[in-house]
Amino acid sequence: MQTNETPEYAIETKDLSIFYGAFKAVSDVNMLLEKQKITAIIGPSGCGKSTLLRAFNRMNDFVPNSHVTGEILMRGQNLYGSNIDPVEVRRSIGMVFQKPNPFPKSIYENIAWGARINGFKGNMDELVEQSLRGSALWEEVKDVLQKSAYELSGGQQQRLCIARTIAIQPSIILMDEPASALDPISTLRIEELMQELKKNYTIIIVTHNMQQAARVSDYTAMMMLDKEGSRSGTVIEFSETKRIFTNPKDKRTEDYVTGRFG
Amino acid sequence: MNPTDNHYPTGESFRKSLNGRYRIASIWQAIFFSALLIALLSLAALLYNVVDGAFGYVAFEYKNDPTEFTAKPLDDLNKQELLEILQTNLSSGAYTKLDNEKTMEKRSKSVLYTLVLERLIQVDTKKTWSMTDSILRGNEIKAEVAKKYPEAKLEFRSWLTPVFLTTPMSSKAEFAGVRTAILGSLWMVGIAILFALPIGTGAAIYLQEYATKNFLNRIIQTNINNLAGVPSIVYGMLGLAIFVRALEPFTSGSMFGITDTNGRTILSAGLTMGILVLPLIIINGQEAIKAVPDSLRQAAYGIGATRWQTIWHHVLPNALPGILTGSILAVSRAIGETAPLIIVGASTFISLDPEGPFSKFTALPIQVYQWTTRAQTEFHAIAASAIIVLLILLLTLNAAAVIIRNRVQRKY
Ligand SMILES: Nc1ncnc2c1ncn2[C@@H]1O[C@H](COP(=O)(O)OP(=O)(O)OP(=O)(O)O)[C@@H](O)[C@H]1O
Ligand SMILES: [Mg+2]
Repeated sequence: MQTNETPEYAIETKDLSIFYGAFKAVSDVNMLLEKQKITAIIGPSGCGKSTLLRAFNRMNDFVPNSHVTGEILMRGQNLYGSNIDPVEVRRSIGMVFQKPNPFPKSIYENIAWGARINGFKGNMDELVEQSLRGSALWEEVKDVLQKSAYELSGGQQQRLCIARTIAIQPSIILMDEPASALDPISTLRIEELMQELKKNYTIIIVTHNMQQAARVSDYTAMMMLDKEGSRSGTVIEFSETKRIFTNPKDKRTEDYVTGRFG
Repeated sequence: MNPTDNHYPTGESFRKSLNGRYRIASIWQAIFFSALLIALLSLAALLYNVVDGAFGYVAFEYKNDPTEFTAKPLDDLNKQELLEILQTNLSSGAYTKLDNEKTMEKRSKSVLYTLVLERLIQVDTKKTWSMTDSILRGNEIKAEVAKKYPEAKLEFRSWLTPVFLTTPMSSKAEFAGVRTAILGSLWMVGIAILFALPIGTGAAIYLQEYATKNFLNRIIQTNINNLAGVPSIVYGMLGLAIFVRALEPFTSGSMFGITDTNGRTILSAGLTMGILVLPLIIINGQEAIKAVPDSLRQAAYGIGATRWQTIWHHVLPNALPGILTGSILAVSRAIGETAPLIIVGASTFISLDPEGPFSKFTALPIQVYQWTTRAQTEFHAIAASAIIVLLILLLTLNAAAVIIRNRVQRKY
């Protein structure tokens, strides 16, 4: 058990800047993210929230000419170190995308594929059931596991994507506006699910929805273009969610969370 | 400008300007429609022209009177009787030769019937008429034949018959068929696709999934696009230089102990056609791969898949219908190509079925080209029939492509 005095950290960024070619999209982010907590990243459009999130599991590697400076440390290792394989990073830091993107395969196969390619040796049926229970989808699909994932509703598809992610047992789950394509009821279910998942996983979520950030997250990182005229985004304030929403240090944060800005 | 000022026409003048707009719209619509009409008319003219040649009256004489061989009318003879006629009247050498090519008993009645006509009675075609002439000027034609060729018989016939499809080449138009040419074309297309599909798909995957957007790769891409537009005769020159000449030991089969051919084989032709369609297959393949949404790749990478696993399990299966459709369409271009085959050295007269990749060969367009250059009109009639066969082959391939595309509907 962890105590309040010595929180455990899942991941840490040190002077992290992210570039697309010569353009610095995110500059100088220093954050310590606590284990088994939900951290929300909020901020106006284009300030680099998705860019920062994708840096955590090296999804930005697929953008030609992108690179980072600084470090992202996990268990003391720099994820961008030369001895680190990005595939290994993505295996332990899973990602759920804004738009549900199940594979055009059966529900069962959507979960089994990721397990299989990562060399899973246990009982596949059990894993599928466990993952679907974990994402609160089991009761709805247990009789139609062979149905195409494309026949599910958007909200169900998103929960399937979460199931697919937790099936490979990552330690961190990244979510980029996971509920923005969903109706309020599906959104609520995802939010409840996150509270469940937090018992086992560290979650970082990007959201545009202030209420959502306030409802679900323990910590909040406020991002903004760092100064007038610059197009680089940075984290201008990072602390407990309660604080960000009730007593922010930065005037811009206050303006943003109270809806007077952005 | 005051926002309450009205600068727009109202009432009567609005209606007038609206009518003006409608008038312009209908003029343009008429122009587009006539464009379509012209396109349709040229297509119809093309089809009519082909069909017109393949059917019609033919006036012919028998060199030898059929009654010299049989008392019965020719059409009433059964297979056994036809066989006997051939056996008794052909020289034993000629008969044995035919028997060696294919056992006489195993040949169909219509083939034997054709042999009797070709070898014994010997048909001499005097004149042929197009379908239109035959229908519109039937009586005039009959009168002309009665006057000019009193001995001749007049018959309305289709030059496109089952026998035409199944008999090999002959020096007489009446007995020539496209069997050898069809087989040659199919062999060639088969080799072309076996060669070009894997290579083209591989190249498409590389360009789409691996190649970074640097200067070199942009040049490669541009060149592939340009290659797709290079005249086919250039590919013929390439095929001649590489496959017929430089790789002769391989393409002639002498490497494998086959001695009776040179490099002008089906293999050379097929490989040349393969190179010809390669740029098209690559481009079509790239389009198919591009159509696989990025979200699918991200999903795979996001749970720790390697690039290869992502391509093999997700990109390729989802792009495959598109790749196949594109390849079939590319190959259906190859099947009608003539120029490269002439250069690579298709045989114009060959009556033996191709036996394998190292055989000499002919192909449908070569046959058509060869027949249309002959002076006698009956050769034009069989050329028209061969074109119909070629068109049917093309339509079948295109239909296959459409069926594949529709069967595997987009899942995302
Ligand atoms: N693949 C890319 N290549 C080049 N520039 C990019 C790329 N993706 C994002 N950017 C740029 O980086 C900056 C940050 O983009 P990002 O998508 O991270 O913003 P965001 O905060 O997620 O915005 P939103 O809230 O609208 O999703 C923007 O200026 C954007 O134009
Ligand atoms: Mg974003």
